[in-house]
Amino acid sequence: MEKAKEPFKFVTRLHLTELTGLKASTLQEMVRILREVPGSCIYHHTHRFLQQHQHISPEPPNDFAYWVTSILVEEDLGERLASIDVVQFTSIRQLREKIIKTIANFLQTHPSASKRFAEAGDEFYFVKSVSFIIPTKYEATSLVEFKDILRKITPDSIYFHIFESRLRLDKKENDFSNWLEQVLQEKELAGQIARLDPYTHTMEELREAIIRLVEKRITSNGKN
Amino acid sequence: MAKIDDYIPITGQSIIDDLRLLAEKLQGKVVQTINSTAVGGGVAEILNQMVPLLQELGVDTHWDLIKGGMEFFDVTKKFHNALHGRTGNITQRDFDIFMETSQRNVEEVNIYGDIVFIHDPQPIGLIKKKSGNKWIWRCHVDVSSPDKKVWQYLNEFISQYDAAVFSAPSFSPILPIRQFLISPSIDPLSDKNRELPAETIKAVQDKYGIELDKPIISQISRFDRLKDPVGVIDAYRLVKKYIDCQLILAGGTASDDPEGIEVFEEVKEQAKDDPDIHILMMPHNNIEVNALQRLSTVILQKSLKEGFGLTVAEALWKSKPVVASNVGGIPLQIKHKYSGLLCHSVEGAAFAIKQLLNNPGYAKKLGESGREHIKNNYLLTRHLKEYMLLFLSLYHGEDVVYL
Repeated sequence: MEKAKEPFKFVTRLHLTELTGLKASTLQEMVRILREVPGSCIYHHTHRFLQQHQHISPEPPNDFAYWVTSILVEEDLGERLASIDVVQFTSIRQLREKIIKTIANFLQTHPSASKRFAEAGDEFYFVKSVSFIIPTKYEATSLVEFKDILRKITPDSIYFHIFESRLRLDKKENDFSNWLEQVLQEKELAGQIARLDPYTHTMEELREAIIRLVEKRITSNGKN
Repeated sequence: MAKIDDYIPITGQSIIDDLRLLAEKLQGKVVQTINSTAVGGGVAEILNQMVPLLQELGVDTHWDLIKGGMEFFDVTKKFHNALHGRTGNITQRDFDIFMETSQRNVEEVNIYGDIVFIHDPQPIGLIKKKSGNKWIWRCHVDVSSPDKKVWQYLNEFISQYDAAVFSAPSFSPILPIRQFLISPSIDPLSDKNRELPAETIKAVQDKYGIELDKPIISQISRFDRLKDPVGVIDAYRLVKKYIDCQLILAGGTASDDPEGIEVFEEVKEQAKDDPDIHILMMPHNNIEVNALQRLSTVILQKSLKEGFGLTVAEALWKSKPVVASNVGGIPLQIKHKYSGLLCHSVEGAAFAIKQLLNNPGYAKKLGESGREHIKNNYLLTRHLKEYMLLFLSLYHGEDVVYL
């Protein structure tokens, strides 16, 4: 049995939502506040849906798109914001710039959008995520162990290794792909997992998709 | 009383494992939680569930009460209404009464917690006893548009705390201290929410003389003007023009709410002698509440203001279609047309009720989505987790914390 030199140590990430007291009622206000708020705010509003709707995603995949579409009724801009391909960004800074640019460009080409405003109570409330990263008892030293543990860990743990570690801790790739490539020399499998678009899956679908890829690899070369 | 492992069949093992991990990180800390009433209302209900579970997890948690009295609770009820934006006649004498009772509690209440967790405005003045320990103010009230005079008065106390907690983002003011969003929760194993045998439900039905020959619209909530029970009767009457239905308005009052009986009488007067309106005063009988919710065809929560509106979560947990006002924490629980229907007026509520009564398939789908949403986000286990994270956050200022 081939054992990894370094085990994959699963951690879990639990989060608390911190309020800022900041709110926007127009697109101009939104752009101004977006420039000022901490990166944890941008992170929260682009990832909250993943955690809150683990079974199904009834909302556009970020809070900005939801507010622009359902409150300001700017469906065109809402669609542009919803379709920002978060997986292409490796830092919150880049993601923030993209969101700001998308809204600012829209305001330039659609001046009437600047007149839209949210009624009292319907404003956009900026909040941020505080993450607590905790080691779990699970460690994998082979593909089989890795697959077995993937079945047991919480959605929060998968969430951390796929989304948060990559984007919030400024790593270039998700933790699973990093370990598979660098420690187990499983470059192809690492690439397949990296190419999954995690933002279009629910957490349970994502878990199953990763397990299927790992199982396929185990079967194909009898590796364990 | 349920044990922590009893929740595993509902949440899965791993969620409970996470709670144990967090509890370990709080070893050595004493948590002292303080409010003004042991029974009645959402706060006491949540604490009755949370405190024993925190203790079982190994978090050294204690629950103390302040002492009030009729005059004091009259004032705090006025504060409560003022925080909800109802401008009342609050006099200097009211502030004096509040301060006198607060001072007496400062002298009498023993503070021993490393973390002192204060709920709502009644005990807020205890902050005078802060000395090197951590203090949290937990606001259960909708303060999105508070009366300025009362808010400024309370703000003097709030700004001395280490952190504040609100139930919805729209309640968040600008504060000089950290503030967190923690929604309340329901306990799926409590008498109010657990599955009930058919004979128990039937017994409650018989006790109150309810026939099942017509669809049942219900609002089960405290008799409080902010819950708009009169508006509920108006909405029912608009529906009744087209659909032969019955209405149950049931609830109790809290010991710190002196207005309850008065509102109950008003509601009875409004119902007149309509035999299809059942107005039931049933103080703190959770199994009866549970049974009435399960007997209902559509559940209504037509609040004018709402701290959170846990009755919505209770109804959704039972897969019931819900019509509720778009206020306070309710839109967090209901995504319009996905897990229930939101309304803004008596007419809107009536229209939504008619839609649900006339389309049972749609009503069923909304109820099922609602239950799933509550399961993922509003059960007691999530609440326990966030309270422990809140306690830990007092010792860590950063946005990414390695424990």
